Amino acid sequence: MLLNASGCLDGLTAPDVARSLDAFVTKTVTPLPRDGNAPVRIAETDVGMLNSIGLANPGIDRFLTRNLPQLAELGVPIWVSVGGFETDDYADICSRLDDHAEVSAIELNVSCPNVETPADSAAEIVSASRLATRKPLWAKLSPAVPGIAEVARAAQASGADGLSLVNTIRGLKLDERTLRPVLGPGQGGLSGPALKPIALAAVATCYRATQMPIVGMGGVQTGLDALELIAVGARHVALGTVLFADPDAPARVRAELHAAAATRGWNAYEDGYAVAHEETLSAGATLDERSSV
Amino acid sequence: MRRERLSVVANEQVGPYTLLRVARGAVDPGVPGQFFMLEAPGRLLPRPMSLCLAPSGELAFLIDPIGPGTVALCELAQGENINVFGPLGNGFVLDLDRPLLVGGGIGIAPLPFLSESLGRPPAVLGFRSDRHAEAAGLVPNAQCCVEPTFVTELIPEGMDVLACGPEPMLHAVRALAPTAQLAWEAPMACGYGACYGCAVEIDGELKRLCVEGPVLRAA
Ligand SMILES: Cc1cc2nc3c(=O)[nH]c(=O)nc-3n(C[C@H](O)[C@H](O)[C@H](O)COP(=O)(O)OP(=O)(O)OC[C@H]3O[C@@H](n4cnc5c(N)ncnc54)[C@H](O)[C@@H]3O)c2cc1C
Ligand SMILES: Cc1cc2nc3c(=O)[nH]c(=O)nc-3n(C[C@H](O)[C@H](O)[C@H](O)COP(=O)(O)O)c2cc1C
Ligand code: FES
Repeated sequence: MLLNASGCLDGLTAPDVARSLDAFVTKTVTPLPRDGNAPVRIAETDVGMLNSIGLANPGIDRFLTRNLPQLAELGVPIWVSVGGFETDDYADICSRLDDHAEVSAIELNVSCPNVETPADSAAEIVSASRLATRKPLWAKLSPAVPGIAEVARAAQASGADGLSLVNTIRGLKLDERTLRPVLGPGQGGLSGPALKPIALAAVATCYRATQMPIVGMGGVQTGLDALELIAVGARHVALGTVLFADPDAPARVRAELHAAAATRGWNAYEDGYAVAHEETLSAGATLDERSSV
Repeated sequence: MRRERLSVVANEQVGPYTLLRVARGAVDPGVPGQFFMLEAPGRLLPRPMSLCLAPSGELAFLIDPIGPGTVALCELAQGENINVFGPLGNGFVLDLDRPLLVGGGIGIAPLPFLSESLGRPPAVLGFRSDRHAEAAGLVPNAQCCVEPTFVTELIPEGMDVLACGPEPMLHAVRALAPTAQLAWEAPMACGYGACYGCAVEIDGELKRLCVEGPVLRAA
């Protein structure tokens, strides 16, 4: 499946783009409405961008009464991204989403770099959410943790159905002239091509650790980028930053993905699933997480 | 709105600015004050630009080279291609009795197309220097001033003001003409409501300028 990355598409202002995906993922919804951070909220960097949106969203009440009914009319499966500041926030939102048939899955954003979260562990959040809903639960993890394999195993043991990898990592850009931060809040989350090698490593590590279904994301610009994520163990791929420059990216990436699979003699790109973990063709590196220098 | 790869017809120097002319393809020019996202060669994100002129078969943008993206756009050569996406956002309301166009610096960019659409109403323009003021030639019926005179000193009373320029100018115009239509700017990554990067305070709330604007009523 090809999805959008949470926070990188509004299905209501761009319904055609949302319909060109296999499922639409909402921006992270929190218990209360949030205005988000003060501007400036975005800045381009050398091979990526920083954002400090700060989870601007209407809050779960308005989301359920106003946004969700309109999103349901898109005719694509809806995944709701859920965020919060403590474990109960996640569980409460999950229980309120549970009887909405129009919600296909829930992504637990346990990793936003733009809000200071008193770190209730991912495992706790997943366990509490698991008790609150029967919907498929995808835990979205940050690559900026020392042992992502352990976090992934803990999410699996707590009842997650899959993993979303990766969220942004924290970065900083200075104004060349004033040598002060460009973004209003100072730091922000780095996304785009700069994130791709980090995403590949995180997906590879979590695939090895759990064999769980994974939505891979981070710096996908082309079908070949998507195929690389699939090769390290992603079942599905999400498009984020690329949608800003190219709203037609879903159709293009899908076509490029099929072409890249065809040139390898595969019937479908799914044939490339986790191939990077097979015996390496030439003697050399394996993808074992411990083989790093 | 539509995204298409368009070829550069010409890139002409106008004072310190550049007028980038591209073949229109099937892209609609939209309403004055609307904008387009232009691929800036070598950059990850496109850059928002107001439509300056819509000569037949073409779209033209007036660009101030202030950073990597705008410099790349100003360096495009005839025959090169860039992706253009638009028209986006909400433009000016044109049903007015006594229109007066007010522009400052690169903020004059949307005024030539606006002037044509309104039947060449009077305009007042302010610039930083005589060299910048060369761009005034793009706007018909324009009265022009250069700092230390400010454009707000040229605005007569009782006019329906449509303005674009730097933020301090827009605040000053709003103080003089409370019902003016003002075209604002904010950093934009997408231009179509996807990123929430362009938030500005509108009616006491942070809203997306690319969705609610860029033209907003002052009152
Ligand atoms: C709706 C809209 C219409 C626009 N129309 C035009 C136009 O017709 N012609 C034109 O030349 N420019 C226009 N701009 C501004 C233009 O988009 C920016 O100058 C450009 O994106 C800067 O990119 P850069 O890579 O050259 O510079 P950057 O490196 O991005 O910026 C250089 C400097 O300018 C500041 N800056 C960047 N973007 C903005 C902004 N939007 N507002 C205020 N300061 C900014 C940065 O903080 C930095 O100090 C418009 C902007 C918007 C939002
Ligand atoms: C502007 C912006 C806003 C984002 N908002 C969210 C969000 O609300 N929730 C979330 O889980 N991730 C959010 N993300 C992270 C993306 O979903 C994705 O994990 C990340 O950008 C990496 O993918 P990319 O490199 O393809 O953009 C946001 C990213 C960007 C650029
Ligand atoms: S520029 Fe992306 S939401 Fe306005």
